Amino acid sequence: MAISPVTKAQVGLTGNSAIALAMKQINPDVSAAYPITPSTTVVEEFSSYVADGAVDTELINVESEHSAMSACIGASAAGARVMTATSSQGLALMWEMLYVASGMRLPIVLTDVNRALSSPINIHCDHSDSMGARDSGWVQLYSETVQEAYDNLIQAVRIAENKKVLLPVMVCLDGFITSHAIENTTLLEDEEVQAFVGEYKPAHSLLDTDHPSTFGAMTLQDYYIVFKHQQSEAMKRAKDVVVDVGREFGEKFGRGYGLFEGYMLDDADVAIVILNSAAGTTKAAIDEMRKEGKKVGLLKPRLFRPFPYREIAEALKGVKAVACLDRADSFSGFGGPIFTEVRSALYELETRPKVISRIFGLGGRDYKVKDAAAVFEELFNVLKTGKVDTLTKYITLDASEEASQGGGC
Amino acid sequence: MAERKDPPLGGVIERGGTAHEYETGDWRKLRPLLDNEKCIHCLICWVVCPDSAVIVEEGKMVGFDLRHCKGCGICATECPDKVQAITMEEEAD
Repeated sequence: MAISPVTKAQVGLTGNSAIALAMKQINPDVSAAYPITPSTTVVEEFSSYVADGAVDTELINVESEHSAMSACIGASAAGARVMTATSSQGLALMWEMLYVASGMRLPIVLTDVNRALSSPINIHCDHSDSMGARDSGWVQLYSETVQEAYDNLIQAVRIAENKKVLLPVMVCLDGFITSHAIENTTLLEDEEVQAFVGEYKPAHSLLDTDHPSTFGAMTLQDYYIVFKHQQSEAMKRAKDVVVDVGREFGEKFGRGYGLFEGYMLDDADVAIVILNSAAGTTKAAIDEMRKEGKKVGLLKPRLFRPFPYREIAEALKGVKAVACLDRADSFSGFGGPIFTEVRSALYELETRPKVISRIFGLGGRDYKVKDAAAVFEELFNVLKTGKVDTLTKYITLDASEEASQGGGC
Repeated sequence: MAERKDPPLGGVIERGGTAHEYETGDWRKLRPLLDNEKCIHCLICWVVCPDSAVIVEEGKMVGFDLRHCKGCGICATECPDKVQAITMEEEAD
């Protein structure tokens, strides 16, 4: 259901409603999408805005996510501001087009409502979809709450279209946990969003027949690597742009954003690194354990691509043992994607914390306060013994507990 | 290709008609030969050539643009059976 009128007061919104509303306020020129759970209601609600004439967007109904991203690429090359949303298999079906979008330097903004990948088929929260796309040349922002998802999407437009970047941006939020749960959210006025994102002025347009141009031409041994180098440098520059845009957002609207959030991290002996909604659960565990005098902390990455390795190493250098919790397995036999990135980042430090990998919550399996507390206790044990017994491990595996919730199938 | 230090972002080519500068004739293994005596100037070859490599002047087929002809042989195949004015020869010969 559409929310109107927009008010600065706090409103209760699901993650998907907030994303749809942010899209309405951004008013993109083109959106092409194909429905897939749990992202469906983003496009469903946004299509209501289109039907009601609340936006000027040309909404293209396509026959698949591959076509959705292809249409987004064509529209972006034509000079339009373009947005879409998807999940799981939808993102997987976009795969080859994700690389085309980033290689053509098209500032498309995509919301990925994180969901597990088949097989077995599963519609619930899991980061395997966006983690699989982590090397596709898209900037990736992760969101703990509905508020963060809303704010990230608005900032994503500025990051993508920045002349130093010109890369597509993916905003990730947790399927069902964030996408379908109602949270208090503070909205911006339409005018504030419009003023913040500004007007998109593309350098080239496929529709500019007075200045004909070719997009997506072939390059071989002579230039391909040069274009990839440009793309790589742009991705590195995106980090500073994310910081600048997050700071400006904070100055204007009172909610500043950086590369990551540290929670009770400054004096922490042990810390968990974790993405999205599970960070909230971890904070609850930290609050409880701090009352017992245990120095536990959290680092919640917001920007995962580009990976801010220097800043994360700096933030974790005083911690003695770190657990990287991944809601995705990279099937490398060497832990999850956050683990390998964070552990590699820490290598540059003279004295490094011990680092362990824990895979949790796949396919929407609950991650509870007690699960976070158990990981912290494992880390304290690492401190006590001075060694890591189990480097990589799955947690939240107790099936009997989950079955008692009636959530099995 | 001429050296450029800073190629345009995303590989955009900032002007049109650049395919003309790409000499696909380099790819050719078979070369089309025209027999002027047999040609009836029906221009079927001009219509079907995928590389616009059939040169026509004042309504007459006068030869091939060998900078762009890839030697696919469509012209020789489509040249009417009763005419057979185009034959394909090995470049190596």
